[in-house]
Amino acid sequence: MSDRLYSKDHEWIEMDGDIGTIGVSDHAQEQLGDVVFVELPEIGRAVVQNEEAAVVESVKAASEVYSPVSGEVVEVNETLTDDPAQVNADPHGEGWFIRIRVDDMSQLDGLMDEEAYQEFLAELD
Amino acid sequence: MTSEPELLTTPLDGLHRELGARMVPFAGYAMPVQYPAGIIKEHEQTRNAAGLFDVSHMGQVRLSARHGGTLEDVAVALEGLVPADIVNLKPGRQRYTQFTNADGGILDDLMVTSMGDHLYLVVNAGCKVQDIAHMRAELADRCEIEVLDDRALIALQGPKAVAAFANLVPDCAALSFMQAATWDLDGDRLLVSRSGYTGEDGLEISVPGKSAEALLRRLLDDPDVAPVGLGARDSLRLEAGLCLYGHDIDTTTTPIEAGLAWSIQKRRRSEGGFPGAPVIQDQLANGVARRRVGLRPEGRAPVREGAVIRDLSGNASGTVTSGGFGATVGGPIAMGYVASDHAEPDTALELELRGKGVPATVTALPFVPQGYQRA
Repeated sequence: MSDRLYSKDHEWIEMDGDIGTIGVSDHAQEQLGDVVFVELPEIGRAVVQNEEAAVVESVKAASEVYSPVSGEVVEVNETLTDDPAQVNADPHGEGWFIRIRVDDMSQLDGLMDEEAYQEFLAELD
Repeated sequence: MTSEPELLTTPLDGLHRELGARMVPFAGYAMPVQYPAGIIKEHEQTRNAAGLFDVSHMGQVRLSARHGGTLEDVAVALEGLVPADIVNLKPGRQRYTQFTNADGGILDDLMVTSMGDHLYLVVNAGCKVQDIAHMRAELADRCEIEVLDDRALIALQGPKAVAAFANLVPDCAALSFMQAATWDLDGDRLLVSRSGYTGEDGLEISVPGKSAEALLRRLLDDPDVAPVGLGARDSLRLEAGLCLYGHDIDTTTTPIEAGLAWSIQKRRRSEGGFPGAPVIQDQLANGVARRRVGLRPEGRAPVREGAVIRDLSGNASGTVTSGGFGATVGGPIAMGYVASDHAEPDTALELELRGKGVPATVTALPFVPQGYQRA
């Protein structure tokens, strides 16, 4: 089982030290449909928990990607600019959005692990 | 909390769900927005082979003469509501037109087909209740108005569409663009027109609702045919430069501003006799202040309906009315209204997106070449 943690807004974060990699869940990419554009933040930007960190556009609509925790952007997945379809193809891998240095590790406590997220999804149906 | 109104379903609802469609509310109906293939693949399927669409939510109406009247009486009556020449529409021919209001605005856009002894109309789902009320109020003294709500309507669109349908009805290949005819298939009367709203060659097929699912299953057995939802229908019609009612055209836009003057034949331009004729005739003679244009935003970000269009000095020129991703174009495309002096192709403008200006170029419509098979 992965160490991936999920928010109720269907973003995931995976920690490596104090650096968290953030993307959208498989459920989210499926709901979005074909992703055609991703707008990423600038490196150095401060992102705030549950506030917009990136924009993802599917054929049908634009959606915000919210950061599951607060932190400073240290890296963005530039390959999504040319190949946004990676979000659909590999949402938990090559389709990651940003890496942040997490401000307050205790914010991770409010997120769901894989099992809890799957239960959360089951309740949505 | 307000309770959701009960959605209507088309006769193909069960098949959509069986095919794995994602159903969404649209104009009061549960409709497939996409199937498991996804919008981009469904779009490409239609451009490259044949896409099968359920458009049964649209209104099908039969107008025929009352006691002793003729089809010409019906045509004359309908001309009182629309600016197209209906009187000279030959049997088996189809025409695109609009219901206009006294200001020259558009109440709905529709297709009118002469079937020889009656007119067959297809109107938008979202407008059909008001359209039917409008016709009942204005035409009932001269026309029998029959709403064909026991019939389904499907569109089979794409370069392989006619060949696929010709496996069931060989003679359909003889139709050319904007022609229509009826055929019997398995005891059902089908009304088939060579038309559609994707910019591709193809057919629209009206079939009794009870037989629609069986017909779709037969068509889907063909490896060139796959189901396509409303998501791709929207990106296909946008690439084809076709108006979506309620977005690109509505009661505040006239057919002339919308670039639909081609749909008003010469006799009607000079004679008038339709709602808003003085406004529309004046615009034909003297021009309009704003026009619908195609727009190509730079980069990859789609610019959507509602975005403000500015000239390079930052002055507002108009608003985007449809925008998204053109899968065949391979990038973002949009349509909107701009001041007429910005409407020439290659004019450089800016579209407002998330607080920034995206450079965009006015582009001749359609964005992709039409595949229509004309006579």
